[in-house]
Amino acid sequence: MSNLKDKLVSSYIAFEDYLGHDSPIHELRSDAMKVFEEQGFPSKKEESWKYTSLKSLEKTNYSLFPKQKEKHIELKDVREYFLHDIDTYKIVFVDGVYSSFLSETTHDSIDVCLLSAALNKSKYQPVIEAYFNKVAEKDSITSLNTAFAKEGAYIHIPKNKEVEKPIEIINFSTGNEAAVMLQPRNLIVVGENAHVQIIERHQSLSENAVFTNSVTEIFGEKRAYVDYYKIQTDNPTASLIDSTYVSQQQESHCRVHTFSFGGKLTRNNLHFYQYGERCDSTLNGITIIEDKQHVDHNTLVHHTAPNCESHQDYKGVYADRSTGVFNGKVLVDKIAQKIDAFQQNNNILVDDRATINSKPQLEIFADDVKCSHGCTIGQLDEEALFYMRSRGIAKKEARALLMYAFANSVLESVKIPELKQRINKLIAKKIGVSLGFQL
Amino acid sequence: MLQIKNLHAGVEGKDILKGIDLDVNAGEVHAIMGPNGSGKSTLASVIAGKEEFELHQGEIVFEGAEISELDPEERAHKGLFLSFQYPIEIPGVSVTNFIKTAINETRKAKGLDDMPASDMLKKIKEKADMLEIDRKFLSRSLNEGFSGGEKKRNEIFQLAMMEPKLAILDETDSGLDIDALKVVANGVNKLKSKDNAVIVITHYQRLLDYIVPDHVHVLMGGKIVKSGGKELAHKLEAQGYDWIKEELV
Repeated sequence: MSNLKDKLVSSYIAFEDYLGHDSPIHELRSDAMKVFEEQGFPSKKEESWKYTSLKSLEKTNYSLFPKQKEKHIELKDVREYFLHDIDTYKIVFVDGVYSSFLSETTHDSIDVCLLSAALNKSKYQPVIEAYFNKVAEKDSITSLNTAFAKEGAYIHIPKNKEVEKPIEIINFSTGNEAAVMLQPRNLIVVGENAHVQIIERHQSLSENAVFTNSVTEIFGEKRAYVDYYKIQTDNPTASLIDSTYVSQQQESHCRVHTFSFGGKLTRNNLHFYQYGERCDSTLNGITIIEDKQHVDHNTLVHHTAPNCESHQDYKGVYADRSTGVFNGKVLVDKIAQKIDAFQQNNNILVDDRATINSKPQLEIFADDVKCSHGCTIGQLDEEALFYMRSRGIAKKEARALLMYAFANSVLESVKIPELKQRINKLIAKKIGVSLGFQL
Repeated sequence: MLQIKNLHAGVEGKDILKGIDLDVNAGEVHAIMGPNGSGKSTLASVIAGKEEFELHQGEIVFEGAEISELDPEERAHKGLFLSFQYPIEIPGVSVTNFIKTAINETRKAKGLDDMPASDMLKKIKEKADMLEIDRKFLSRSLNEGFSGGEKKRNEIFQLAMMEPKLAILDETDSGLDIDALKVVANGVNKLKSKDNAVIVITHYQRLLDYIVPDHVHVLMGGKIVKSGGKELAHKLEAQGYDWIKEELV
């Protein structure tokens, strides 16, 4: 039996008493806790966790309710983690607690605020009842988050509202304690014909260990447009399990981009459910890792209605002893005719010791569909390297240029120019070169 | 400018080039002709520093310095340029960004600052016009989806931008129609001066009507078996290579 599990189970009773038993999600929490108590952390025996072990996390003595730092974080110290060159809404948490000082929320025709408020105030109750935990899966790791769900971003964009400013959700951990566990829970409801762009980050500000088990539910109503960007560039002592569940209604467009460059262990569960016709889903990712970093992408697109599209494009560059996993599933129900589902996973192993496990899965029960998938695992093209070097571009820069070029198809679909530029810089920094131009 | 002495090179211990001697002086154009598989492209690759080839014997001296231990980029920085027979497609990097990077990396190696953006643009415009290259072409991904002719024209565009001391044109004429051939040859001729040199590697005499060589060498079985003036190219065009084989026997 694992230490962390025991600690979580025994802490839950006190946590429940502290929150009070009259919370609107009290029963959900209790049921979720039962699931986690029965199943515990997923092990490598489970097919979808075959290549990702949580053993070392389970042995770490994480503080579950971190003490709060007395001093404010100064804005200048964390400015680099924000998109500071443009105006944005910001929902910022420090060690799991909302920071009004760093945030910029609003209730002006849209709600960009806190889940704790939405859970506790009666005016939000209809939304909570209609959406909370409705698309999230009931597996043990998500259930663990549900059981302890207390704080996170709550974003509700009403019908026909086009939000002009991007919304940033940032979870800082200060390293106030040797090791902390955080479980943010985000709920995002985008109304009919509404548009929104969201950027999410988890960032530790010290080298102390942090384990984040984050769950985000996104609901795109009819003709909604949701653009969601995940910037995963955390310190090498940080581990993240990020479960994001997207529910789409008719003609909605939802896109999630995941940029995984940092962290020790990162697991992304990104599951899309299409419930109306002519939906469009995009799941894109760039992974560039080194040393002993590990990134696992577990994607699912479930087509339950006809005439929809889905696009998955995941690129990975793995150096040193790093390991990557891509496990991408496309499920097409019998009723879901005329589906166009595309999945692509391309990988470059920079070193012999690096590993990628890529497993595309298509389960198609409809007979009139267009589904394609492709997976490549290769090295940097030696001919291309020689070509570039013969034009005076040094080996390191030539390699970097090839890696850029490789990842470019995903970068191109980033719709916020300042963000695209930022990611460009993050990639350059990760690869350790400056190329002097933007692709 | 370039002295190749008794060059033996190949792969896995086996010689493909079996003792090449070649002297190229500034202001000269040399043509290297020969049948398929005679080692022409290997020679070009070995001079440019392709790592898959091993140098077994001999030396390559460029501008007075032995270069056979240098990396390909270091040779490029010294002023060597190889126009590829099969230019590589690099999706995601535009022609403009690629050439900017190549030029500024070369300047960096020489301790110079980046070329000012306005100078770069002016130069790009000038060279693109000379080679009748459409501006739209420059923002396309390098060689991706280019026709054979476009790829070759793009190679010569890069040559024009980099202004090397020695240009090696490996089968630049293949894939070009006669109009494109004239444009490309015209471009090369405009770049020629008393301070630089060109090695033209080709199957056919056709390109040599436009880029007129001072010396023609016949490469067969990894050796230069015959050298002469431009009339040698005409004879090869008319009579093929068999008569040389017979001479050798």
